[in-house]
Amino acid sequence: MQIRVSASDGLPIYQQIVNQVKYLVASGRLAPGEELPPIRTLAERLLINPNTVARAYRELEVAGVVVKRGTTGTFVSDAGSPLARRERQRILTQRVDALLAEARQLGFDLDHLFDLIRQRDAALDRSEVL
Amino acid sequence: MSDSVITVDRLTRRFGRKTALDAVSLEVPRGAVFGLVGANGAGKTTLIRHLLGLLRAQEGSVRVFGRDPVADPVGVLSRIGHLAEDNDLPGWMTVAELMCYTEAFFPGWDRAYAERLRRDFELDPAQKVKHLSRGQRSRAGLIAALAYRPELLVLDEPSSGLDPIVRRDILGAVIRTVADEGRTVLFSSHLLDEVERVSDHVALLVQGKLAFCGPLDELKARHHRLTVRFDGECLRPPVLDGALAWEGQGPEWTALCHGGLGELQAAAEAAGGRVVDRGVPSLDEIFVARAAGGVR
Repeated sequence: MQIRVSASDGLPIYQQIVNQVKYLVASGRLAPGEELPPIRTLAERLLINPNTVARAYRELEVAGVVVKRGTTGTFVSDAGSPLARRERQRILTQRVDALLAEARQLGFDLDHLFDLIRQRDAALDRSEVL
Repeated sequence: MSDSVITVDRLTRRFGRKTALDAVSLEVPRGAVFGLVGANGAGKTTLIRHLLGLLRAQEGSVRVFGRDPVADPVGVLSRIGHLAEDNDLPGWMTVAELMCYTEAFFPGWDRAYAERLRRDFELDPAQKVKHLSRGQRSRAGLIAALAYRPELLVLDEPSSGLDPIVRRDILGAVIRTVADEGRTVLFSSHLLDEVERVSDHVALLVQGKLAFCGPLDELKARHHRLTVRFDGECLRPPVLDGALAWEGQGPEWTALCHGGLGELQAAAEAAGGRVVDRGVPSLDEIFVARAAGGVR
């Protein structure tokens, strides 16, 4: 499980972990049933307070992304789909926002942008290299 | 009262005409990783020396495990693992001798644990302490501070001047220490990125005075970075209640503020601006704004 945290990110460290685990689940890089590293292991790897990891795992459990199985560990839940959908939408929204900002900056209006998206989509269908 | 490992009450210390600590009160809860933060000369080491019973309180009181470290040094020091910035280990000893020597002082010394740490740190038992590199000397000091599994680990600037690999070892040791149930860590540092990662409580010393003491989450929740836009050009930072430091030019200024978000927003509007962006500042930014504010 690849996670990076930064103290100067602006988001609390536990929230960074929550977001990244959700992202990994949504993108399929953490599969249902897969085990997350034990709290202590992840804390030592990221050099952060173990309570911060515990808090992130608790939030993920409440959100239904992971389940705790007794004392054995923390696993990606099987029924993660509704959340995964929301999360996928969140990820895409960020990209769209960035695209819109860039388009406005470059003086493209919305219709022009739609045309371009359709054009590129067609190009992808013809499996042209981006 | 509450379950505090350290209780400092209105501690004042003067060296000649200089006030090193000015009515400092703080509590370190059991199980906390407590980061002591401040500029050089802010009083961090002086405070730590009081906790270890190396300085007597001139005014106020210091209690560690409910005891006075000056009156009962054995009762206190036998439960503290300590690593100083300039750790003065006996240079003429070999690493193996140092470990035997330290073991003799502490009944709870865990020989297997010490040996495991020595191997992890790749310390040669036959090497003389004075021939160790700075980083290796810190690692040796860390073994001496950790191997009897003290209830309280006190680290004074443990990573200053050390390379990132040794710093990792030290922070890793801090994390393992707190992961063991009920152990408490107090460490001073000016590497605020480290403090923010590892601590759950922080105390901020500015010129001998305590500017903040409490949970890190609370400190962060009470500070905001607000970017305010004004209609006209402002030649100098606007006046705003709660603003600790300003940065900007022309119509757009960013402030590091202290206070409730609602009140700050209202104050910005009253000053003729509107808030266009806000964020959570890092501990580093809060510290710089606070420490600079104290000097002016």
